[in-house]
Amino acid sequence: MAGVQIEGVGKQYAGRPVLSGLSLELKDGECFTLLGPSGCGKTVLLRLIAGFEQPDQGRIAIDGETVADAASGKSVPPERRGLGMVFQDYAVWPHMNVFDNVAYPLKLAGTESAALRERTLAVIEMVGLAGLAERLPSQLSGGQQQRVALARALVSEPRLLLLDEPLNNLDANLREEMRFEIKALQKKLGVTILYVTHDQEIALAIADRVAVMDESGTLRQIGAPEEVYEHPADDFVFRFLGIANFLPVRRDGDALYIGGSSERWVGQPPDKAGAQLTAGFRPSDVLLSRASSDGEGLAGIIRRASFLGAQVDYLIDIAGTLIRAALPSHECLARDLLFVEGDACRVSLHSVQWFAGKLVATAQV
Amino acid sequence: MTTKTHTRFGTPELLFGLSVAVLVIVVAVPMLLIFFNAFWVDGHFNVADVIRVLRHPETYKALWNSLVLSVGVTITGTIVGTFFAWLVTRTDLPFKRTMKLLFLVPFMLPAFIGALAWKMLLSPRAGYINRFFIDVLGFDGPIFNIYSYAGIILVETMYLFPFVFIQVSGALERMDPTLEESARISGADLITITRKITIPLVLPSILSGALLIMLYSMAHFGTVAVLGIESGIYNIPTLIYEKIHQSAGSFDSIRTATVLATVLVITAALILWLQNRVLAKGRYQIIAGKSFRPSELKLRGLRIPLLVVCILYIAFTIVLPTATIFMVGGLKTYGLPFVSENLTWSNYYHILFEWDLTRGAIWNSISLGLSAALITMFAGVIISYVIVKMRVRGKGILEFLGMLPFSVPGSVIALGVILAWSGKFGINLYNTVWIILIAYIARYMAFSLKANSAALEQVHDSLVEAARASGATMAQALRDIVVPLVRPGMVAAFFLIFLPALRELTVSVLLYGPTTRTIGVAIYTLNEDGETVYSAALAGIALIIIVLGEVLIKRLVTSKTSAA
Repeated sequence: MAGVQIEGVGKQYAGRPVLSGLSLELKDGECFTLLGPSGCGKTVLLRLIAGFEQPDQGRIAIDGETVADAASGKSVPPERRGLGMVFQDYAVWPHMNVFDNVAYPLKLAGTESAALRERTLAVIEMVGLAGLAERLPSQLSGGQQQRVALARALVSEPRLLLLDEPLNNLDANLREEMRFEIKALQKKLGVTILYVTHDQEIALAIADRVAVMDESGTLRQIGAPEEVYEHPADDFVFRFLGIANFLPVRRDGDALYIGGSSERWVGQPPDKAGAQLTAGFRPSDVLLSRASSDGEGLAGIIRRASFLGAQVDYLIDIAGTLIRAALPSHECLARDLLFVEGDACRVSLHSVQWFAGKLVATAQV
Repeated sequence: MTTKTHTRFGTPELLFGLSVAVLVIVVAVPMLLIFFNAFWVDGHFNVADVIRVLRHPETYKALWNSLVLSVGVTITGTIVGTFFAWLVTRTDLPFKRTMKLLFLVPFMLPAFIGALAWKMLLSPRAGYINRFFIDVLGFDGPIFNIYSYAGIILVETMYLFPFVFIQVSGALERMDPTLEESARISGADLITITRKITIPLVLPSILSGALLIMLYSMAHFGTVAVLGIESGIYNIPTLIYEKIHQSAGSFDSIRTATVLATVLVITAALILWLQNRVLAKGRYQIIAGKSFRPSELKLRGLRIPLLVVCILYIAFTIVLPTATIFMVGGLKTYGLPFVSENLTWSNYYHILFEWDLTRGAIWNSISLGLSAALITMFAGVIISYVIVKMRVRGKGILEFLGMLPFSVPGSVIALGVILAWSGKFGINLYNTVWIILIAYIARYMAFSLKANSAALEQVHDSLVEAARASGATMAQALRDIVVPLVRPGMVAAFFLIFLPALRELTVSVLLYGPTTRTIGVAIYTLNEDGETVYSAALAGIALIIIVLGEVLIKRLVTSKTSAA
């Protein structure tokens, strides 16, 4: 169990900075996810902590012990950092069976053979591979290989577990299952976990705290999952955590208009100053009603309606801006809200994030 | 990586330095010396003199012969190879699988031993077949003179056609049959399909195999040396040999040899470059990696006649020469008819247990082959590791130097090694086994690099990193993870080197001294000295060793791969 301190860490590749001046602290025993788009440098940070790369600036400490310091040139080799790591491609050794794979860290540590056997089998059972100890990796499925990698990382009871997108190559069902299991294991063992991913769903589901990193390797926000989701620090974080609708809003004196139109904004007033504003909201924040009803709301026209089973997905034109709405099917059925293309509707929003300036959604349709 | 990091001199730099040093000494220096000797006369760069050498009738003729012979062999080899490849993949020929394996046998057999056999059968006066026609059937003269362009082309074709055969049968097997079927549905008849669909699709494979034949034939020593010298047919490698051997190191002949070598290197590089282009262009998606069941042409009435053609071809090119070698090797005197009172085991006994010259040659070949294979295998692993896994600047040089000998003919390597190790730099290894060993290492390094880098590329970095994260030091990770995973590649490299080294002639014939004959050299020189019977007997023993070796490897490799 260990905290990790990262202080002003920078790393360049071929003169191009990947990380610069990055500081971050992991608390003892927490599950921390680092969320960012691919190529943003999150894997580099993981490799810096593991010791496969050396920082060009800054200092990294695990459990108060400095393991890498650019100023003094100190670098503790990976094998002496006392950590476990699970790689994106599992990195299960193909020439060893499950038992030997998992037992390898104990063997290196010189564990006495009876204890080694007992501990290895216990961990194999813990990850749900009991009975498969003699199998070779080539005889295992992707999910099983992933469990072997996890067992191998856990067997020596590391103070810190580093996970690099370990669920990427699994199918959706397995991914969900493994995600719960990792979380359960972490609670049981109390190990500190740093989990790196670009998948916001996993990140939010598993984390005690989340950090969101942008393409340039800058941390945009750190906080509890619900905090980051509900109160994003900026539009990057907002965009990254789910499908984002952006509606431009113009302030004219006391009055608010949508985009360049004369349509009035109704609903939650902005908490930001400035003449140009953007209202950000999720498809699930959208409430719809029939245009004929006398309820308040923005006038919209349905451009596309897709019935997806549990929910209905609408593409709605509000004064020239397209937004997406997702409504539960049972609600649509119960309240006569099954629209077809070209129908007029009223849109209200039950939660809005205000951003200064005019923003455009990245993926509109 | 970055200039900011402290300049440390760690293991990567040390390994890199060592690898570069080995390759520079073994490969770069000899090659540079050849160019240097070719173009540098009396302290001046001199092209006019190079042209003078090239216009000398002797060199000019050798260049011309090399061209004529290699073009001839390429044409016949391509036709034969493509025809048989089509026959065993796309028709309902009986015993196709067996036939396919049999067509690969010539690859195992050294061409110069084949040439020797054909000389015994078809030399104008003494050849057994010619004598049969003259003495028994009453012909006026020999029916075929093997000491001719046609004879050389014929013999080389027999041993080089598998280059095309392998490439084309592979392509035909991997070609998606729906491509042809859809043409058929569109209404094309079989001839149109073959002309418009099949041939264009396999053309890159045909061309690439043809260029390989050309490359080998151009640089081929053995057959031309055995069959050509009698009637004055020299190609580049045999003329280099003559120059070096006859004039014991005179400046003029060494210069001629280096100029010839330069021409050979440039031609070989050109051919390889062309082959790469052909392969890169021809990599259609349609020829997939996996095997389909190709549609088969019904041969109907031609089924049996074509089978007979195949059997006759194999009997004529494999069985007949091999039998001749063993029979002649058992004769009391060369020229006697093959009847039981003329046959004896004593030649074989003499060669294996009594005669120091042949016993020495067998010992030399085995020890040279073993040492070259071991050294090259280990050096190859280390150099491949640097090339594939390490981030050191300038590793491109390593790759270039390592693969260079792949395109450099054996006679050129031998010549370069002579120039470098005959006392020029204070070390004189001429006439010792060491000079042959160095040349073998240079010649076979590329084999080892290919096998080992292929194996290393399978070992992802994360496998090593996972070991480090598990608490292994770099050395432990290498021992427990990398070495076990590349071991099959190392074993493959070992045999890829050991077997060709056993039967090597081109390099060792330029480098041998009184006590350092190899098997190849001994067979060749015994034949030159008129000891045809002993030459054949030793060739027979060589064939047995080679075939046993090949079988052993097949066993070993298949059991290795099935266990993994």
